[in-house]
Amino acid sequence: MLDLNITWFLLIAILYTGFFVLEGFDFGVGILLPFLGRDDKRRRMIINTIGPHWDGNEVWLLTAGGATFAAFPHWYATLFSGFYMAFFLLLLALIVRGVAFEFRSKDERPLWRATWDWAIFVGSAVPALLLGVAFANLARGVPIDASMTYVGGFWNLLNPYALLGGLTTLALFTLHGAIFLALKTSGDLMEGARKAAARLWIPVVVLIFAFFGATYVATDALQQLGLNPGVVPLAGGAAILLVGYFLRKRREGYAFMLTIVTIITATATIFMIMFPRVMISSLDPAWSLTIYNASSSPYTLRVMTFVALIFVPVVLAYQGWTYWIFRRRITEQSALEY
Amino acid sequence: MDVTLLARLQFAVTTVYHFFFVPLTLGLSILVAVMQTIYFRTGDETYKKMTKFWGKLFLINFALGVVTGIVQEFQFGMNWSEYSRFVGDIFGAPLAIEALLAFFLESTFLGLWIFGWDRVSKRVHLASIWLAAIGANISAFWILLANAFMQQPLGFVLQNGRAEMNDFLSLLFNPTLWKMFPHTFYSGLATAAFFIMGISAYHLVRKSNPEMFRRSFQIGAIVAILGSLLVALTGHSQMQHLVETQPMKVAAAEALWNTENPAALSLFTVGNERERRDVFAIRLPFALSILAFNQLYGTVEGINNLQESYTAAYGPGDYVPPVAISYWSFRIMVGAGTLMVLLAFYAIFLVMGEQLTQNPPRLLGWFTLAIGLPYLANSAGWILTEVGRQPWVVHGLMRVETAVSPNVTAGMLLTSLIGFTLIYGILAAADVYLITKFARAGGAKLEAQPADEPRISLIPGD
Repeated sequence: MLDLNITWFLLIAILYTGFFVLEGFDFGVGILLPFLGRDDKRRRMIINTIGPHWDGNEVWLLTAGGATFAAFPHWYATLFSGFYMAFFLLLLALIVRGVAFEFRSKDERPLWRATWDWAIFVGSAVPALLLGVAFANLARGVPIDASMTYVGGFWNLLNPYALLGGLTTLALFTLHGAIFLALKTSGDLMEGARKAAARLWIPVVVLIFAFFGATYVATDALQQLGLNPGVVPLAGGAAILLVGYFLRKRREGYAFMLTIVTIITATATIFMIMFPRVMISSLDPAWSLTIYNASSSPYTLRVMTFVALIFVPVVLAYQGWTYWIFRRRITEQSALEY
Repeated sequence: MDVTLLARLQFAVTTVYHFFFVPLTLGLSILVAVMQTIYFRTGDETYKKMTKFWGKLFLINFALGVVTGIVQEFQFGMNWSEYSRFVGDIFGAPLAIEALLAFFLESTFLGLWIFGWDRVSKRVHLASIWLAAIGANISAFWILLANAFMQQPLGFVLQNGRAEMNDFLSLLFNPTLWKMFPHTFYSGLATAAFFIMGISAYHLVRKSNPEMFRRSFQIGAIVAILGSLLVALTGHSQMQHLVETQPMKVAAAEALWNTENPAALSLFTVGNERERRDVFAIRLPFALSILAFNQLYGTVEGINNLQESYTAAYGPGDYVPPVAISYWSFRIMVGAGTLMVLLAFYAIFLVMGEQLTQNPPRLLGWFTLAIGLPYLANSAGWILTEVGRQPWVVHGLMRVETAVSPNVTAGMLLTSLIGFTLIYGILAAADVYLITKFARAGGAKLEAQPADEPRISLIPGD
């Protein structure tokens, strides 16, 4: 039987994965806004593709953060205080982005709209980059002392490997968003999204394979995964290669499924490299935080497991259902709320 | 600068700001749901227009509440890592449950409500606003559960160098929580009621769209009288609970330096906080004992006596919270609340008559200004709750200066404090601009448009 510490490690990995899959295309849509939205009407159509969903998608991050706090308080404390400036920038980005969606079309002045469009772009690009940087650092290990405290500075996080990770998520989410837009729009907007996806595909493939190679150099993936990395990372590599094939065949539905597989396997690989550690100390392996020394008490884990077992399926059901409700494409004739 | 002070300042700025938007979300979500329910039952188009009009204002406000809430979720780890380690076993759970039970519900169904007007059945659409309203209020419950632990820690045991949860039901049935949650819930309703009355009054005075705003004002008046009276009642019982659980907070709120029986109530005190004495004071004999115990006599402990007993119990240290801030925030809260009760009675009197639309009295304009009263009361109430808890971060368990992150420097804190303050300031300006614009224009534009196309009039971008 799974012990509860492993269960919660898995659940938190699933929450971050869900967040990257869902908010990943949200970020991509926001990043593509200035490139694909030639006029105001098109920009509104682009924003409306994620209108009903972006807030619910973002809750996956809040729940992941809350679950980390509840199940592994030391992980939460070390991570958030250690990556302080990164989280500060992430918060600013998410704040202006969320408000921008709601505010931008509620006034007609061109300057008003242009400002919020810019906020949507920056507020999407910055998190897409920072989250990759953060997770690359989680896999690589950071300076943590014997008292579980991060003792590196801000610049310590901006090492070449982590920056490569950031660029990879930035590019991958943009591709993911382009394919989503190709699925959810129509007419020349759809054509533009298709072209963007086709153009982004090769850089994404290069970045992903480069990042995967670098992972073997910069992290202890060799011990954690072995020389043969196993089915999960390999499936991810195959999936991103196949994306190109389906994009050429104009089968965006399959391509979207495959970018989802890529995101899931990439996130899973990072968590597999970490396991059973949650914060790897680059100073002394003994100082790493693990799912055992960083966790809550067995009692709290039991309570939280009980809550999660009841409510996670309910949430998945109704959130999935709203995606079904809003499955249709946005056209020039669609009512635009945002 | 001192790291603890900066971290506290940032928490104060981000939390007070967050709570500018929360009460209106809590209350207005319910009132919009009520309006839509009436529309659903009667098919009366006026209620549909009301739903859309107040719904639009609700959404503008909601956006800021949501995004500033993200900061709250992460800030404990960022600035208060030692606190997170020490009580995370207890405190993390309600935050995670809040996200899972409330945030998902609220955000998903609000998305469905905004974009679902023509895509789902009327019944499902009505259900979605109710689920969003329920989600918002459930969220308040769980975060108050977390806060109640900081005021009255229950259901834990000290072991493994930290506080560990050993009784979830004790957290759930923490008496402080059951004082705080109704108080917050009713203050949300009162905030929304005064918001609706204020904007409706603006239009009634100008005779724009009188039918819609008369009915809005009616709903506002009924909710305002119920809400503000119940806020006062629950606030009173919360204060009586504080006399037992956090007497120092009461003593600071009353600037009561020494234990008294019968205790007098300060009506106006200018004090010397350092020497802990009155410079000038008007006091009402017996009144504090009556308020605290519902009887003439009863011992209310004073700051000096509590300081002595805390020193004996917890060791040397200063256990007195900032008295002037506690004292004045309490008076601002009660003062604003009292004005709200009086205005709510006046509103009921106006609604009972027929003159609201025919011959609106000049005094009606005051309701527009009164929108600010609940904001004043809400902010002051939280400032009292949190400042009055000092120097504890968890009452009796952990002091605030031991709770901050050891690796976060003053420079980092200053950067984030300035960054948040700047962005929050800009967003507040944009928010006030939009709310004012829609509140003002809504009535007039709705009148000019055909009744079956209110959507166009509400979205200038269309």
